[in-house]
Amino acid sequence: MTNSIAEFENADCILVIGSNTMEQHPLIAKRMLKAKEKGAKLIVADPRRIPMMAFADVALQLKPGTDIALLNGLMNVIIGDGLVDNGFIAERTEGFDQVKAKVAEYTPEKAAGICGVSADDIKAAAQLYGKAEKGSIAYCMGVTQHVKGMDTVKSVANLAMITGNVGRESTGVNPLRGQCNVQGASDIGALPDVFTGYQKVSDDAARQKFEQAWGCSLNSSPGLTLTEMFDAVEDGKITAMYVMGENPAISEPNIGHAQKALGNLEFLVVQDIFMTETAQFADVVLPAASFAEKEGTFTSTERRVSRVRKAIDPIGESKADWQIISDLAKQMGSSQLNYGSAAEIMDEISNLTPSYGGISYERLDSGEQLAWPCPDKDHPGTPILHIGQFTKGKGQFFAIDYAPSPELPDSEYPLILTTGRVMFQYHTGTMTRRVPALEREASSAQLEINPADADKLGIKQGDKVIVKSRRGEIETKALVADKTTPGVVFLPFHFAEAAANVLTLDKFDPDCKIPEFKVCAVSVRGKG
Amino acid sequence: MNNSIVLTTCPYCGTGCTFYLEVMDGELTGLIPCPTDPISEGQLCIKGRNAHVFVTNGDRLTKPLIKEEGEFKEASWDKALALVAEKLAGVKKNESPDAIGFVSSARCTNEDNYVFMKLARAVFGTNNVDHCARL
Repeated sequence: MTNSIAEFENADCILVIGSNTMEQHPLIAKRMLKAKEKGAKLIVADPRRIPMMAFADVALQLKPGTDIALLNGLMNVIIGDGLVDNGFIAERTEGFDQVKAKVAEYTPEKAAGICGVSADDIKAAAQLYGKAEKGSIAYCMGVTQHVKGMDTVKSVANLAMITGNVGRESTGVNPLRGQCNVQGASDIGALPDVFTGYQKVSDDAARQKFEQAWGCSLNSSPGLTLTEMFDAVEDGKITAMYVMGENPAISEPNIGHAQKALGNLEFLVVQDIFMTETAQFADVVLPAASFAEKEGTFTSTERRVSRVRKAIDPIGESKADWQIISDLAKQMGSSQLNYGSAAEIMDEISNLTPSYGGISYERLDSGEQLAWPCPDKDHPGTPILHIGQFTKGKGQFFAIDYAPSPELPDSEYPLILTTGRVMFQYHTGTMTRRVPALEREASSAQLEINPADADKLGIKQGDKVIVKSRRGEIETKALVADKTTPGVVFLPFHFAEAAANVLTLDKFDPDCKIPEFKVCAVSVRGKG
Repeated sequence: MNNSIVLTTCPYCGTGCTFYLEVMDGELTGLIPCPTDPISEGQLCIKGRNAHVFVTNGDRLTKPLIKEEGEFKEASWDKALALVAEKLAGVKKNESPDAIGFVSSARCTNEDNYVFMKLARAVFGTNNVDHCARL
């Protein structure tokens, strides 16, 4: 997030796009509703009739995968009605003319046709956001999990920049992260092309710094992303994997492909707290301690570093993940990973990472709330990014065109399947499915289908249905409701016994390699 | 009887709510919201409110396991780690460092992630390290 969570409360207008905030980030949704109580305008764009829409001034239930057309349509109106921030554009950005020319093609009528919403609603939403003094945008995987995911994010940034909604309180471009430390795992360099703090492995100065600190020579070629690793297994280029705290056998798109790859590995070690579907494929399973049994930090979606503290001893013989890795390195004859405590690891991180330079357990334990960049021990942290100037100088506009999703419905597979989460489960369910209070609320997958489609297919509430795509089929139950529009069905991916990712398409954004989880073509039939 | 509460961060979504874990005589007994937490302001969602429950579930892995003829057998840490070290070192030496893929986790701590990516890069010499950010 460019801004902090609490700031939502004081926005004049909030655009929520591709985020089911009330179900997936309830404590963030609370801030948005407080803003609404104080008179803020709320725009909600999502393919499903999500709970937040009940509070929206304008609700845009768009077709899955058409966000770019919507965003371009909003910008078309904002520019046409003279609601742009000319001073901000002139002083702080580059490339506005290209965006202006591009979005001129996207009249509200054209965008409305692509998105399946009304042109008047697009105009109304553009007026609300365009006129707001403090306009904030929140987005989530609904925007990013597309082959055009990165372009959609750039479009979101375009919209914020043409209206000058960056670098001030209660504005900004705010991705809501779905996992406790997805921000931190990225910051800390669990990515194939960067060390900590996004320092590139291909950058000589950065690599030399790490070589010196770690006392070894390092590889300068970026590695493979998770999804590319599975292709590499198929090609015989990767023969062994070490998986820590992740369940790709359920969470990858087209899991038939991922499971085949896991089965083909010559050696697989899985480190986890439970026997996951992925661990079943392993040659060695290492028992890890849970969050309650170890010291550490998570970095939240607002870039705030927060302490994880040990409450009880590790269960059984389990150990903290870092401890296991450290022990393994010792077995390998390496002394590079000898640490006495998690605090010592954070000290090494802050020494090597400018944005974490001032982070220490001492400061966190004294109650300081530190959002990075926090370059030194006297720095108070940075809740709002890009004040006065973008981190990288000028804000870059990108002219982005809408393109249809790669797999659209046809006569054989006439419905769009979009996937996501439900309020009561988390990711592949390894933790939440073992919690009775949550299982009581949602213990199985349900296919959300519009009454018009259900009628046509002769499917009634609660019927068993077969959902089929070009990759495979699953059996589940129908939830006939006005939640999706006709032609669109929804499945959560939490449930291994009816795994939505059997069906999903393994096509990826060419730049950031995110899978197209939000649009694939399926057929649905009642199970006799 | 020895009671304590320990302030920690929720393991679910990325909002970063904190809460207290309640501990009695070394056993995890409950969870209470933290009224002074600047994010949650003392409220929690249903997942967070129950975040302590899976920790003590009977399915927790408690010992290293090695698969022998398709069946998992319990093993000592020494034996399991020696096997992992031998197999991965073998792949590194006989094939290449890039023949190993390291999959890290958005559910592990910064410290876990740092040590994991350092293992991949410094000990094995590959940048094939990623996590589930995109999923």
